[in-house]
Amino acid sequence: MRLPITAWTSIAHRASGVFLFAGMAVLIWGLDASLASPESFEGLKECLASPLAKLVIWAVTAGLIYHSVAGIKHLIMDFGIGESMEGGVRGARLVIAVSVVLILLAGIWIW
Amino acid sequence: MVTAVTSMGRSGLYDWLMQRVTAVILLSYFVFIACVLMGGVDYASWKALYSQTWMRIFSLMALFSLGIHAWVGMWAVFTDYLTERLMGTRGNILRFTAQSVCALTMFTYVVWGIQILWGN
Repeated sequence: MRLPITAWTSIAHRASGVFLFAGMAVLIWGLDASLASPESFEGLKECLASPLAKLVIWAVTAGLIYHSVAGIKHLIMDFGIGESMEGGVRGARLVIAVSVVLILLAGIWIW
Repeated sequence: MVTAVTSMGRSGLYDWLMQRVTAVILLSYFVFIACVLMGGVDYASWKALYSQTWMRIFSLMALFSLGIHAWVGMWAVFTDYLTERLMGTRGNILRFTAQSVCALTMFTYVVWGIQILWGN
């Protein structure tokens, strides 16, 4: 589908939001395990050492990062900044660039 | 006047504002947690952090914000795609079911979170 870059970042903002709605269950489960007891804390650490768990955490973190960056752009636009046609395109490019960098950094940190 | 009965605050402007207020709370919570985790935690320090009253208040605030934020966001998505125009006659049933599942999930997250914060 041929869509402008602003449409893609908007759709991705929605998609990441829906994804996080489910992804939050993983994070709350993790919080539960991390606080329940010293044993469950260690169990969680062991679980997070597996590549699959790292991938899941990275995916949720990536969703969180993208949704946050795109959300901050929304807040900035609410103040009337970057509302023009060129501003919108520049904002969308910036959101993608910043998100990619942060998601890669998060990946390095998780592994 | 037609009132949107399934939106968060029954008003677009109210939802618009709540979406932003909750977004700022959630963002500050996640940035804070990221900073704590990057500083490195063991069970004792992590548990000590979550036994502080201010941390429990901050966490519960984030939890409520998540419920409101997800409600407003999912409402926007459902009312855009799960409609009679796009889904045919079953559109309304689909949308109501999806919204019910969303509400139930958010309620579960909040109660689950309260249990984690005060039950352990």
